[in-house]
Amino acid sequence: MSDHEYQPSSRLGKWFNDRLPLLTLSNHLQEYPTPKNLNYWWTFGGILTFCLITQIITGIILGMHYIAHADLAFESVEHIMRDVNYGWLIRYVHANGASMFFLAVYIHIFRSLYYGSYKSPREVIWIIGMIIYFLMMATAFMGYVLPWGQMSFWGATVITNLFSAIPFIGESVTNWLWGGYSVDNPTLTRFFSLHYLLPFLILGLVILHIWALHVPGNNNPIGIDIKKPSKDTVPFHPYIVIKDLFALLLFLIVFAFFVFYSPNILGHADNYIEADPLVTPAHIVPEWYLLPFYAILRSVPDKLLGVIAMFASIFVLVILPWLDTSKVRSAIFRPIYKQFYWFLVADVLILGYMGAMPAEGAYLIIARVATAYYFLHFLVILPVLGKKEKTLDIPLSITEPVLGGFPNQAATKNKQNNRENL
Amino acid sequence: MKKFLKILFFASLLLNANYANSAENSAKLLKGDWSFKSFFGKFDRASLQRGYQVYNEVCASCHSVKYLSYRNLMEKGGPEFTEEEAKAIASNFEVTDGPNSTGEMFTRPARLSDKFVMPYANDEEAKSANGGAYPPDMSVLVKARKGGADYIYSLLLGYEDPPVDIELDDGVYYNKFMYGNKIKMSAPLSDDIVEYSDGTKATTEQMSKDVVTFLMWAAEPHLEQRHKFGFRVIIYLVIISILVYFSMKKIWSRIESKV
Repeated sequence: MSDHEYQPSSRLGKWFNDRLPLLTLSNHLQEYPTPKNLNYWWTFGGILTFCLITQIITGIILGMHYIAHADLAFESVEHIMRDVNYGWLIRYVHANGASMFFLAVYIHIFRSLYYGSYKSPREVIWIIGMIIYFLMMATAFMGYVLPWGQMSFWGATVITNLFSAIPFIGESVTNWLWGGYSVDNPTLTRFFSLHYLLPFLILGLVILHIWALHVPGNNNPIGIDIKKPSKDTVPFHPYIVIKDLFALLLFLIVFAFFVFYSPNILGHADNYIEADPLVTPAHIVPEWYLLPFYAILRSVPDKLLGVIAMFASIFVLVILPWLDTSKVRSAIFRPIYKQFYWFLVADVLILGYMGAMPAEGAYLIIARVATAYYFLHFLVILPVLGKKEKTLDIPLSITEPVLGGFPNQAATKNKQNNRENL
Repeated sequence: MKKFLKILFFASLLLNANYANSAENSAKLLKGDWSFKSFFGKFDRASLQRGYQVYNEVCASCHSVKYLSYRNLMEKGGPEFTEEEAKAIASNFEVTDGPNSTGEMFTRPARLSDKFVMPYANDEEAKSANGGAYPPDMSVLVKARKGGADYIYSLLLGYEDPPVDIELDDGVYYNKFMYGNKIKMSAPLSDDIVEYSDGTKATTEQMSKDVVTFLMWAAEPHLEQRHKFGFRVIIYLVIISILVYFSMKKIWSRIESKV
């Protein structure tokens, strides 16, 4: 891990460090050589760490006042909103924090897709990241059930019912998940328990994610391998720390606007109606960050195949490092991939929109086309493109384009285009 | 090509943002002139007190507000009745307490610490008294409806004679803002149904506005504190962002690279 032998200056420090090298770790984190051309899309890793910590802290406090019982959950949330000191603030930070977490994670993932950060030698970082993302979705889904509003109850009913599509054992599995014959108190209590557990698994995986990152080091916008440390790198502290902090503060301003001025805009009004198993809401919609997957699920006419398609849409991401056959990482040097990248972004946004609309008529047709295109992108376009695409010339180092004397006109031009695009 | 993609990208963003607001009903909601919207939005104290009066004299015969306590009426950021007024309001209601030392339940006048007394003992009683329709609890009603305050306001003013082609059953009324246009609550407000002590003329519009303001507060009792906090938090964040920005520029000026 260490790039050079680190020695603590004090005797006590040395004594301790020989027994548990925490100081070596701290030194490594400070000196960690980072490419100096990282743009602001790279600041979302730090932002995500902040989001996770915020969710855990606010969540622990909410857990002190929340009551996981079908008859009391809704009331206990109102108790938090009204009578707990700053309970409204903590709950709104937690609820909007989930949305902010997903906003940041989507930017983080799409950044990786654009700059090819998932490619060798960073496949393990990517796979751990995808597991984190999957656990985040599970955690967020179960968290949304806890207030025990109408959307909580019916969302839980729809999603848990997916498991009944499994042949032969589906019904037993669903009953086992529910702890009964419908979504009820046992479902709520186990969701609460798991909602409390999973964030700590995520935290552990985040540590592995960062550890795995620190082995090959960061990718960078031009996607080339760099010598570390060198002219192309800066120490993590203070250069990257201050830049991440600045980006985090800007992110917090957006966060604060939601928390203080429209805390309920990302939620669904129906969730302020207490759960009623006898009244089905007109439209059952999940939270916005799950909508693209919901659209994929509903666009397949067969229930089992729909569930398979939904899980497959995440699984294709896991195996992405082997689907994308191109040796060139960054989209800056892949003119055709860049076009398809923006098609994919549009496709996912369209899927998200269709997930919020009723599954009928034109909406359903568009959702089907978008679903087909999603899989086409990963399973056909990427493998073929990597073999056929004529990529642009790649600079040898980061300093080369920065310090002038850069011979490759096309790459320079593309870099500018890239700035425009982002 | 790129332009097209960009347009597509932003269009779908807009559409996505819009889905939460897309009205299920074709009728466009009436926009109330709310003092609690905007960054510094506060409740109009007098309107809240009048709104409580409308709630108490009109709505409370069917609708509960079970998450409000009488003490909330005197708390900061609410109607801010004086303690005496709030106590007097509470003492008008009877609550069941007990058991006492002999094991009997008894009734007593409500105190500040009691929750608002509910009009019906249970949901079943509420339904049977209202032709099978359950009058929803109003504690978070404003947040539980698309369109929020504007929706409740529109609903209160949306009663009209049904179009000729619509047949209404007994006990069903036509309201152009209700989902499906059919509502089991008859028009609750009519001019001068309450008499305001502060001399405000009790028109239907005025009462609707007052009671919706009251309901907004009931749903978000800490709204004023939230707005005040938010402003301070954002100012603080902006200032510290500027400081950090210049620190960053300074630090990065040590090397030949742009941030």
